[in-house]
Amino acid sequence: MKYIIAVIQPHRVDDVLDELTKNEIHLATVANILGRGRQKGISEVYRSHKEAGSLLKKVKIEIAVNDDYVDAAVAAITAGAKTGEIGDGKIFVLDLHDCIRIRTGEKGTDAIG
Amino acid sequence: METKMKWRWPGVIAIICGMFSLVPEVLAESEPAIDSGDTAFVLICAALVLLMTPGLAFFYGGLVRKKNFLSVLMQCFVIIGIITLQWVLWGYSLAFGPGELIKGFVGNFDYVGLKGVGMEPNGTIPHLAFMVFQGMFAIITPALIVGAFAERVRFSAMCIFMVLWATFVYDPVCHWVWGSGGFMGAMGALDFAGGTVVHINAGIAALVFAIFIGKRKGYPNKMSPPHNLPFAVLGTGILWFGWFGFNAGSALAADGVAASAFVVTHVATAAALVTWAILDWIFNQKPTVLGVITGAVGGLVAITPASGFVNPTGAIAIGVGSSLLCYFFVSCVKPKFGYDDTLDVFGVHGIGGIWGAIATGFLADEAIGGTAGSLAQTWIQTKSVAITIIYTLVVTTILLFVVNFFIKIRVTEEEELIGLDLSDHRETAYTILD
Repeated sequence: MKYIIAVIQPHRVDDVLDELTKNEIHLATVANILGRGRQKGISEVYRSHKEAGSLLKKVKIEIAVNDDYVDAAVAAITAGAKTGEIGDGKIFVLDLHDCIRIRTGEKGTDAIG
Repeated sequence: METKMKWRWPGVIAIICGMFSLVPEVLAESEPAIDSGDTAFVLICAALVLLMTPGLAFFYGGLVRKKNFLSVLMQCFVIIGIITLQWVLWGYSLAFGPGELIKGFVGNFDYVGLKGVGMEPNGTIPHLAFMVFQGMFAIITPALIVGAFAERVRFSAMCIFMVLWATFVYDPVCHWVWGSGGFMGAMGALDFAGGTVVHINAGIAALVFAIFIGKRKGYPNKMSPPHNLPFAVLGTGILWFGWFGFNAGSALAADGVAASAFVVTHVATAAALVTWAILDWIFNQKPTVLGVITGAVGGLVAITPASGFVNPTGAIAIGVGSSLLCYFFVSCVKPKFGYDDTLDVFGVHGIGGIWGAIATGFLADEAIGGTAGSLAQTWIQTKSVAITIIYTLVVTTILLFVVNFFIKIRVTEEEELIGLDLSDHRETAYTILD
């Protein structure tokens, strides 16, 4: 089991979710966030966030997947989020220790799907 | 009764004056006189009508997505600026010029830069008061169109389009109905506060613009719901409040007609609001906030042309009819044809305006505006509606092609995805951190 965290451009969210759906990955948690990467907040001309100075608006997508789906998920996120410009974001893949479905008490790989 | 008294007095004075040979000359110079009550009323009404445009901005702004909120506020606000200048420089002259450039069609250039428009009386109010009151109408009409192309229009192209539209569509149509010598006024068409001039005009232009600019990316299946309905409710409240200035103020005097227009405006809006809630309850399981405010705006629109001519029961009929028709257009016709009139400018202002203008023909009460409802009057109303629709349709289309030739009216796909707040104005409405 892996836990995938992707930090992407806000306007690519719909495309990323579409790509994930195409690969039968339907479960995702999405949040608006602020952050900064290598470009240190000096992104493309019109995306600077004046008040926060060095922080840019991003969207974080988090997905828990079984091992079989990791490559597909990473490929889907990349396909949806890539514009080729600085600021496209990053994907982090973490080992996932356990997963419990609250309603049934199922654990592990059964609980993810 | 009051109006009759008013008219009788000058006659009585004239007869008395006739007995003294010297006095009439003095009186002829001092008449017509400025009435302080009327002047105060019209100036306050002008301020109320101005407030409608920021109200409209919040009504529209609450309904768009978060990333386009500022752009809608900005579009409405900038229209206040540019149309005020257009109105002062040449718009007022084209609409209300003392002579006509083309007979019955458009005014001349005598009032360009407000030359000759001063403190002297125009009726019982200073000419400047009349000019500024009418100017507020000229502002809100193009601002209404903003709702049709929200979330995807290029700001610069919009500004240029609005100046051209005000000049070639609003000003002539305003002259037809209210200008001296305008052919629609001469036809006997009744339009108390701007059903044809403001609402049908803007509604049809909105439909043309929405079709021309195309659907938003993701419409209709992947659109987020309105980003802030409370703002839309607040905006509607401001619109309703301002609308009293719009309709009652159109009496241009603080008299019985103004009071009547005030009351029927309120009654029709209430009827439309309740009707829409009931329709929502029947067809959507629950009455919705968005439905109630949409119904209220539709009712305000529909009563506008009728406000100086119908009685309160007529107003209820107009309000109920407005919600029935607008509901049908917004929830059935729009999805069927698939055009993306983003905030239903055509469905509410166009359809509400057409209904109100035609209904004025058969619901008019002779005791109020001096014209009784009749088949003949309804026919005149229908003709005036048809002429307005055709003219606006044709000229708006031409203007869109002209502007689009020089500046692309639609933003790029990436700008649309990012949102117009950032891409057109480099600002955002909301921050994430405090």
